[in-house]
Amino acid sequence: MRFVSLTIDGRQVEVAEGTTVLEAARKLGIEIPTLCYDNDLSIAGACRLCIVEVEGNNKNLPASCALPVAEGMVVHTNSPKVREARKIILELLLANHPLDCLTCEANGRCKLQQYCYEYGVKESRFSGERRHFAIDDNHPFIERDLEKCILCGKCVRVCQEVQGVGAIDYSGRGFDTKVATFMDRSLADSPCVSCGQCIYMCPVGALTAKPSKGKGRDFEVTKVVTTCGYCGVGCQLALNVKDDKIVGVTNVPDSHNQGYLCVKGRFGYEFVDDPERLTTPLIKENGKFREASWEEALDLVAQKFNEIRAKYGPDALAGVSSARVTNEENYLFQKFFRAVIGTNNVDHCARL
Amino acid sequence: MSTLKKINNFVELRQLREQLKKNYQESLSNEIKIIVGMGTCGIAAGANDVMKAIIDELQRRNINATVMQTGCIGMCAQEPIVEIIRPGEKRVTYGRISPADAKRLIEEHVLQGRIVEDLVVATFEEGHPDETNFYKQQRLVLRNCGHIDPEKIEDYIARDGYMALARVLEQMTPEEVIEEIKASGLRGRGGAGFLTGLKWSFAAKAPGDKKYVICNADEGDPGAFMDRSIMEGDPHSVLEGMLIGAYAIGADEGYIYVRAEYPLAIKRLRTALAQAEEMGLIGKNILGTDFSFTLHIKEGAGAFVCGEETALIASIEGKRGMPRPRPPFPATSGLWGKPTNINNVETWANVPIIIRNGAEWYASIGTETSKGTKVFALTGKVKNTGLVEVPMGITLREIIFDIGGGILKDKKFKAVQIGGPSGGCLPEEKLDLPVDYESLTRAGAIMGSGGLVVMDQNTCMVDVAKFFLNFTRAESCGKCTPCREGIQRMREILQNICKGKGTLEDLDRLETLANTIKDTALCGLGQTAPNPVLTTLRYFREEYEAHIRDKRCPAGICQDLLTYFIQPELCRGCTACVRVCPVGAISGEVRKPHVIDPEKCIKCGSCKETCRFSAIAVK
Amino acid sequence: MTNSIEDIEKADVILAAGTNTTEAHPVIATRIHKAITRHGAKLIVVDPRKTEIASKAHIWLRPYPGTNVAVFNGLLNVIIAEGLTDDEFISQRTENFEAVAEAVAPYTPEEVERISGIPAEDLIAAARLYGKAKRGIILYAMGVTQHSTGTDGVFAIANLAMATGNIGREGTGVSPLRGQNNVQGACDMGALPNFLPGYQKVSDPAVREKFAKAWGVPSLPDKDGLKLGEIMAAAYEGKVRALYVMGENLMLSEPYIAHAEACLKKLDFLVVQDLFLTETAQLADVVLPAVSFAEKDGTFTNTERRVCRVRRAVSPRGKAKPDWEIIVALAAKMGYEMNYDGPASIMEEISRLTPSYGGITYDRLEKQGLQWPCPDRDHPGTKRLHAERFSRGRGLFTPVTYKKPAELPDEQYPFYLVTGRILYHYHTGTMSRRVKGLNAIAPCGLLEINPADASKLGIQDGEVVRVSSRRGSITPAVRITDRVAPGVVFISFHYREVAANALTNAVYDPIAGIPEFKVSAVKIEKL
Repeated sequence: MRFVSLTIDGRQVEVAEGTTVLEAARKLGIEIPTLCYDNDLSIAGACRLCIVEVEGNNKNLPASCALPVAEGMVVHTNSPKVREARKIILELLLANHPLDCLTCEANGRCKLQQYCYEYGVKESRFSGERRHFAIDDNHPFIERDLEKCILCGKCVRVCQEVQGVGAIDYSGRGFDTKVATFMDRSLADSPCVSCGQCIYMCPVGALTAKPSKGKGRDFEVTKVVTTCGYCGVGCQLALNVKDDKIVGVTNVPDSHNQGYLCVKGRFGYEFVDDPERLTTPLIKENGKFREASWEEALDLVAQKFNEIRAKYGPDALAGVSSARVTNEENYLFQKFFRAVIGTNNVDHCARL
Repeated sequence: MSTLKKINNFVELRQLREQLKKNYQESLSNEIKIIVGMGTCGIAAGANDVMKAIIDELQRRNINATVMQTGCIGMCAQEPIVEIIRPGEKRVTYGRISPADAKRLIEEHVLQGRIVEDLVVATFEEGHPDETNFYKQQRLVLRNCGHIDPEKIEDYIARDGYMALARVLEQMTPEEVIEEIKASGLRGRGGAGFLTGLKWSFAAKAPGDKKYVICNADEGDPGAFMDRSIMEGDPHSVLEGMLIGAYAIGADEGYIYVRAEYPLAIKRLRTALAQAEEMGLIGKNILGTDFSFTLHIKEGAGAFVCGEETALIASIEGKRGMPRPRPPFPATSGLWGKPTNINNVETWANVPIIIRNGAEWYASIGTETSKGTKVFALTGKVKNTGLVEVPMGITLREIIFDIGGGILKDKKFKAVQIGGPSGGCLPEEKLDLPVDYESLTRAGAIMGSGGLVVMDQNTCMVDVAKFFLNFTRAESCGKCTPCREGIQRMREILQNICKGKGTLEDLDRLETLANTIKDTALCGLGQTAPNPVLTTLRYFREEYEAHIRDKRCPAGICQDLLTYFIQPELCRGCTACVRVCPVGAISGEVRKPHVIDPEKCIKCGSCKETCRFSAIAVK
Repeated sequence: MTNSIEDIEKADVILAAGTNTTEAHPVIATRIHKAITRHGAKLIVVDPRKTEIASKAHIWLRPYPGTNVAVFNGLLNVIIAEGLTDDEFISQRTENFEAVAEAVAPYTPEEVERISGIPAEDLIAAARLYGKAKRGIILYAMGVTQHSTGTDGVFAIANLAMATGNIGREGTGVSPLRGQNNVQGACDMGALPNFLPGYQKVSDPAVREKFAKAWGVPSLPDKDGLKLGEIMAAAYEGKVRALYVMGENLMLSEPYIAHAEACLKKLDFLVVQDLFLTETAQLADVVLPAVSFAEKDGTFTNTERRVCRVRRAVSPRGKAKPDWEIIVALAAKMGYEMNYDGPASIMEEISRLTPSYGGITYDRLEKQGLQWPCPDRDHPGTKRLHAERFSRGRGLFTPVTYKKPAELPDEQYPFYLVTGRILYHYHTGTMSRRVKGLNAIAPCGLLEINPADASKLGIQDGEVVRVSSRRGSITPAVRITDRVAPGVVFISFHYREVAANALTNAVYDPIAGIPEFKVSAVKIEKL
């Protein structure tokens, strides 16, 4: 691999040939604002916020996400010219964007909001006609508010390039462009598989996880990184918790699942607070369950196990462990049967 | 149609050419030829009826003459055009021929040999058409247009068609071909003017077994039709150019991406392709060599942005036609990810003649940096609208006044928009600008694909800028922020100015925004879309200021800024205007001067048109 | 998995057999998609159903249900015949290849076509593709294992990988995709009748002694215990009298539910520990309320042997307790003290006694998971098994022959029934059926049937039919689709209302004890 050295904001850096200026800058810890860039998606070069000034190029301000480094290149990521152009781009986006941050689900994690703050964009010099669309809330998990969409295209790309579904794409041209399903139907009537990757990618509030709506914004929740309780891929995810309740699931990017989740991992947590949850031990009497204390229930189990072992031997007892509980619990379960009961009759449903 | 025989080698091709040439010469000396311009321009003007009238008349009178169709001759304003050549006599071009005129031509010229002077556009000696046809033109690319039947490969071969292909396959290595094109100085005729030979060398050097050549025939500029005319009038020149290019870069497959709005061009391309395939000029082991090439014609849906290389490739691949960032350039990763070379129709059509006549000859035409000729579509308020092919370096004045015949109704020239919606509007003081890539760019315009829209004194430049923004706003692909959102906002500012609601600060805002879009947009469409705004601001700023400061449109176009009033000294009180006014804004007693209520007036202009006494004025 | 999930993206050829990856392991399916679209990998799918990955496959082999072993043997037959074996790998790293070569010799493409219905030329094309791959990876799931010959299927796959040297390197390997979140961990932890944690044999006296000492008991039982299917049978026979079920819903997951129910009802005493009053819990004498993954700390081990942290996010609901606390309390009641501060200290004990988990501690798991074997604290974990040598030294080729499934369609029960999973639900639905949105998208279990069969039976899409086997019947609605071939029907086992396992056959693979869920014979009646 060949290496190229260049100067970014007065600092020398050496990176592999083919690296983009954006990546090279990140290597130096220089953060260039982006709305449409993601390192696992194809380069779109759509938002143009990552433009930089390259010495010797008097033609234009190239987008650093799509600009390969070149030997001896001198780049300015934050010059007055660049800042002014970024400001105008933000103003253009803002001119076509509802300013309802007060009630927006994305408040606090919205990148448009963040950059407007950073660049001191209070209002747009270019306000005028705005696009109007009805909110699509027919889908059980994903709500789409296209008026908030800034057309970064990340949802389109993740759906196509990662999920391989392609439920959405651009439709219309020019100022009337929008992201739509085939024939502009509701997302609920599309091939969408509800993975919610698009929500995760959305830099603004255009895509919302419906079950999380109104239950707490990003800065209000505690994120607990854990392992998904569904299939054997063991995806890492973050349970978003507010007031001792799970209110949503967000991605954990640096993980073996690359941050991606499926519908069950992202949305399948409601059972935790299902009203039918067992909240107390039950003992069956005359064919009917009654509530019992732990003390009573465990005494009964211990007594019965002891009786049966005494009468029929340890092998008259058996245990079925679970592929859903933790390693520690499986370990203790087999230890219980082997060390306490004295039988190897322990198995679990590995094969189902 | 005659059955075509496969040509197996170079000798057979040359023999065939000699035979066809001989046939043509013989036909000239013993047949009367009647040629009808059957390009889209001719057909739109009624050439089908003229053709039919001619055939009927010949039949009725039992006259033996060859009737031939040809593509656009270039004098679109004169369509339908009919040319008549009697053995040994001059070629006479007649313009604006009606079916009735056609009968006259047969009666007088064909039968009696008497030229119908009042219908003549031009006459010239056969064999030297290029010097005399349209003053100051130099027709290289259009050399065959008007001289061959585009649906007959024999006509093309008779005029040395496919001899360039034979030359490269027989005598040149791919590298030599690229060097030849480089040496000719040919630059891309689609817009940016990149050196064609250099571009080819990139695709040639790119690693990969599979490579493609593409012909960009997605001619999208409003008012530009040179590519269509070439495809309609001389399709084989495009095919031959692509074959040579494919050989040079090592491609074995090609696409012509042509907009579906060009049905005649598509038909003629398909015919040409079928003929070339039948004769073995396209296909496996062409002319007995190892070189093979297949060609597909892909119809595009007519999105302007699909003229952009990467959007065009996406469209061929069946995706939405949206540009993507470059690099990677198509030369390394193009169609289906393979090295791909794209040139437009006019560029490809230049290739055979360069190979035939040599790079040195070609490079002798034009200027230091812009070689050869350029075809322009001359439209707008000019007397001779049509296609003109001129050597690079000619001045705008020569094109507009010498070739175009000056401004319609001899009004005053105001501006010329060059390069389509992405081009710029140049004022009178730029008329002596030599037409070459660099001069135009310096002046704020671009060569583009070669649209020239001439505007007279009655044109409002703010309105013109707005017009082009309407176009680019609708044709933007919507991908990048500056283009999608920015054009809309520029347009809104212009709309306000045209309504008299603009401020001087708006001009600064407009200029800042225009420059930002130019600097930051993703593709050429966005980067050049502000050009009409920037050039009109640069050359016609006072006109903007008049709209803003004086609430006045100097050209009298912006309706919101106009006031209609009746000049009492001229008004006879005939009440004609009262009757046509759709909103009842005019009142007055009969035979006494009337008045217009400015509150009610919707400025439709009906009264002004109706008034026989020119009593209604606008200010 | 012998390799890691990331290896899928590094392979040039992916052979996916009996895995509906898109629905059962969706995030792994994204890797397959990326491998194809970004890196140009070729995909071969072996599946009787036209799943999403079958639609994306470059070569899709559609066998009759239950004929996998013949197909894999046939692939190896062609690979050997065309000289595509990795002879250096075979000679240096493996043994017993000759026996396998002999065993697969009868499985010519024509013979395999006769057995499986796969056109000979497709089989040959697939064999060439995998055989010529520089890096070939095999993914498989329960479409291979849930057969009475499941173990043979796995052996046949291992033979293929070893014969082509596709093991132990980047982008290669044999990858069983594990169905449940911690099925790997449950096995690793010795929730198996013949193994103590870390696959240490209960039959090995030294192992027993080590554990007995650590656990403070004089001895440990030395004979292999009963497998789940055998436990059920023993319960029926009165040999097993008490059963303690932790977090399983046998009444939906076991084959031949009517039989399972009869077994459970024979017990003197049944304890079920779960989140909900499941179909199984309803039969219990005592029900103990446990907590979900979100309410406790611990670890899960995923399909690529990666041990990852589970962290408590919310407090236990009601009086429910984490399973480990319940076990500790019950052990205490029975006079055995387990002294743990919490899951971290349990893991300390596990790592002391389990060599492959030797270096795994909670502080190391803080940032990201670790893949076992991880024998000591400085070991970075193992991405790829068998890189230098196989665990047993030389890789052992195991000859296998095709055997028919236990039950095949006949005149009375003319359809093959295949069961499996769908994207929107999980296992017996205890959790996922309680998620509103999932139920909105997939409210009921649908029987997939081919349009030709549907038209023969005169049934419409959405119509409710009776599906019966020799063991029971259910009445699902049908979905008419060419995802299944004529003569084959499919239903998922997630729905108690139309419990697929009312129909399935309680026959088991003799080695693994896995039930033959993928092949049983049913009839379909219009109602």
